[in-house]
Amino acid sequence: MQQVPALKIDGIILSQSLAIIQYLEETRPNPRLLPQDLKKRAQARMISDHIVSGIQPLQNLTFLKQVGEKMEWAQHNITCGFKALEQILQHTAGRYCIGDEVSMADLCLVPQVHNAERFKVDLAPYPTITRINKALLELEAFQVSHPCRQPDTPAELRT
Amino acid sequence: MDSSGRPVLYSYFRSSCSWRVRIALALKGIAYDQEPVNLLKDGGQQFSTEFQAVNPMQQVPALKIDGIILSQSLAIIQYLEETRPNPRLLPQDLKKRAQARMISDHIVSGIQPLQNLTFLKQVGEKMEWAQHNITCGFKALEQILQHTAGRYCIGDEVSMADLCLVPQVHNAERFKVDLAPYPTITRINKALLELEAFQVSHPCRQPDTPAELRT
Repeated sequence: MQQVPALKIDGIILSQSLAIIQYLEETRPNPRLLPQDLKKRAQARMISDHIVSGIQPLQNLTFLKQVGEKMEWAQHNITCGFKALEQILQHTAGRYCIGDEVSMADLCLVPQVHNAERFKVDLAPYPTITRINKALLELEAFQVSHPCRQPDTPAELRT
Repeated sequence: MDSSGRPVLYSYFRSSCSWRVRIALALKGIAYDQEPVNLLKDGGQQFSTEFQAVNPMQQVPALKIDGIILSQSLAIIQYLEETRPNPRLLPQDLKKRAQARMISDHIVSGIQPLQNLTFLKQVGEKMEWAQHNITCGFKALEQILQHTAGRYCIGDEVSMADLCLVPQVHNAERFKVDLAPYPTITRINKALLELEAFQVSHPCRQPDTPAELRT
């Protein structure tokens, strides 16, 4: 598919982040990344899918090339997506996207907020998204995985 | 749910995302009612205040079931799978299950959003971009299927990946993408269209299918 991420694990290579994450969840179930309650699990997938299919593809490198590098389309799509997400989170969120346990939805939220900031999208209309993002960034897993701390992070962006 | 107690699916006949869920409901033998949402009429009925209360994402499909409303086709399909597990739509083998999700995600995130109505509006109705994205996506998919396919996308059992494949092939045909380079996709699509669930859920046979497209 000529995209990242791809994971070589257990003798296979998987791509598509949510397929990878759910494979990890099913083979290494602790700690849990999807709620046990089936309705909450569906909501976690719904929020994940909204970000992964409904926002990210409409602001990524491929898309920008095809709309002629018009940043305003990327900003528009993130804005529309966040407006809907803010509404959905009114019903599902606790400390995190789904109640008080970190789920796959949170793994999708933080990187998308980071992109929103890079695209200079005003986040003031999204207090729930902002609050949850802040809470998640306090967790070590979200820090060690941050773009600013990777082996391939350029020196000028490294913190 | 409405007074019949049945699930309610908000759907557009031609929406490939809605078709995926229609197939799942048919395969699992779940009776439901449809509320058509016309994506073109009145500036797009998905943008109405009424529908926004159903789905803030302003998209189809949305499913009212078991006292909740879910959107996003794969989230809906996996909820149906986990609450009504027969017949199975995801392989029991965890690696095959991951492959089924990978193929589904590739179509749902990697192809469909780069050829849908929203995208076309933003690239200035340039069909060639939609055709390009479907072509790139199908080229990759044809390669992946070399490793996973039997009669269907994952071996010989219908899975969520197949529910994503057929509607995307239908879109490819509508965009006049040449399918000759994709013999595996074509073969699997043909086999799936022989199944009743893929026929009853087809865009040409829905309550909101326009008369001139109905068969």
